[in-house]
Amino acid sequence: MYWEEHLETLPREAIEKIQFQRLKRLLCYVYENVPFYRQKFDEYGIKPEEFKEIEDIKKFPFTHKDDLRNSYPYNMFAVPLKKIVRIHASSGTTGQVTVVGYTKNDIEVWSNLMARTLVSCGVTEDDIVQNAYGYGLFTGGLGFHYGAEKIGATVIPMSGGNTKRQVRVMKDFKTTVLTCTPSYSLYLAEVAEEEGIDVEELNLRVGIFGAEPWSEEMRKEIEEKLHLRAHDIYGLSEVMGPGVAVECEERNGLHIFEDHFFVELINPQTGEYVKEGEVGELVITTLTKEGIPVIRYRTKDLVSLNYEPCPCGRHFVRMSKVLGRSDDMLIIRGVNVFPSQIEEILMNIEGTEPHYMIVVDRKDYLDVLEVHVEVNEKLFSDEMKKLQELERKIKEEIQSNLGISASVKLVEPKTLERFEGKAKRVIDKRKI
Amino acid sequence: MPVKQISVFLENKSGRLYDLAKVLGDNQINMIALTVAETGDYGVVRIIADKAEKAVQVLKDNGFTVSETDVIGVVVPDRPGGLASVLEVLKGNNLNIEYLYCFAGPTKDTAIDIMRIEDVTKAEDIIRRSGFEVLEKIDTID
Repeated sequence: MYWEEHLETLPREAIEKIQFQRLKRLLCYVYENVPFYRQKFDEYGIKPEEFKEIEDIKKFPFTHKDDLRNSYPYNMFAVPLKKIVRIHASSGTTGQVTVVGYTKNDIEVWSNLMARTLVSCGVTEDDIVQNAYGYGLFTGGLGFHYGAEKIGATVIPMSGGNTKRQVRVMKDFKTTVLTCTPSYSLYLAEVAEEEGIDVEELNLRVGIFGAEPWSEEMRKEIEEKLHLRAHDIYGLSEVMGPGVAVECEERNGLHIFEDHFFVELINPQTGEYVKEGEVGELVITTLTKEGIPVIRYRTKDLVSLNYEPCPCGRHFVRMSKVLGRSDDMLIIRGVNVFPSQIEEILMNIEGTEPHYMIVVDRKDYLDVLEVHVEVNEKLFSDEMKKLQELERKIKEEIQSNLGISASVKLVEPKTLERFEGKAKRVIDKRKI
Repeated sequence: MPVKQISVFLENKSGRLYDLAKVLGDNQINMIALTVAETGDYGVVRIIADKAEKAVQVLKDNGFTVSETDVIGVVVPDRPGGLASVLEVLKGNNLNIEYLYCFAGPTKDTAIDIMRIEDVTKAEDIIRRSGFEVLEKIDTID
């Protein structure tokens, strides 16, 4: 099923033609309107006019997450604030968050792409969509909301959390489509069971899950427990939010909406293109965004690309599920966490220069974060209350800085593995 | 001079207390008192040993997290109300005890109370002036 059949079924040549035209216009647009890009292009000695064929994009510089962070809050915006109708921000980082702004037209385009997303998963105006992505600065909640309204479906704006209420609503309101993170869907299934709700009493038929990596095994488990068809969706707030790519009915890769996003796949070390089928870092250029367009944005997400035509009729390139990260970022309950942030917190706690280990696991379908800290002589006290105070302090700092709860475990010195060279600070036990 | 207590951080794992006792035993160090304060994941072992300095050294050499803590050792009469008599003095002077443990004293009718109090010097002074014997050292028990 299509939302915009003529655009979604464009042949490759037509897609590439549109991309070329839009890239050309975009490069001029950012050069004129965003001082950051003007300066960067000048540094590289490249002018927008030198973009004569698609391959020329390689001459233009990459944009990094840090560039967006450093432009906090509004310095990368290409339009005056009065043209911006919505702000979102990325979650859970110390220091500067990444702020993005949308014009009226950006919201329109985004809603339309989310409509495409929902329709390609088989959602129609007859559906009742329970949207359990968080509403707020996070793009997930409102992104899905606008898309579902656009296609005329009935939206239940549940946002995240309040799980018992979610399952009651799911049953009583006869929800047919569930949208949330994959791990939360399993938690919902578990709570439904605890509440004595039989999956047969539910009307679920489609689930659209994203914002964190998940596996085919997990898909099987979700489908068995909730009796629905689970689709993977990809997006990131720096580029737009959800609706960058989604699995069609074939569920054999996620179609990237290439009339709005130009993608490249690079070796994260060298910046060179990788061969088709090989794994590389996804680089995205927004083709139609007005508020905060990005040029060659380094997502750090590792994927492979497949340009073969898809039986669904779309010629948009398909990306694999996200296979990993080219940096050490962890996604814990949908929140981005860098080990360095935890290190900073520990360093800031008086007298601490500790060896630590971050252990991430999945218990009862939810991610749990455990921080093991070696107790050295500086940290040690003969008084229990002081040790407990230390644990509490670390926990609180993690909660307030990263916005996620962690359990802290004090361990004896030299019990954590030592590594030569680059220290391994993370044990990720989640089976993704 | 307050008494030296050795405090050791131990994870709550089987065999760790054995490791500690073995190290001390192998080095001919005798423990006069030992108590463990525990939480779910770890504990703090508090020890009074005959050779405190050596004990600290060998424990450190063997990778334990160790600290030395000044505690007060008071000799109290080993009879009903014996402990209360010294606590009364502390209460009267508004001194709070972080933790305390007791063991039998050198003679049949005495016991020793080990107390951890924030202001050791002041507490020692007050206890002594109230007529109790405050130990400088606990080496061996006859």
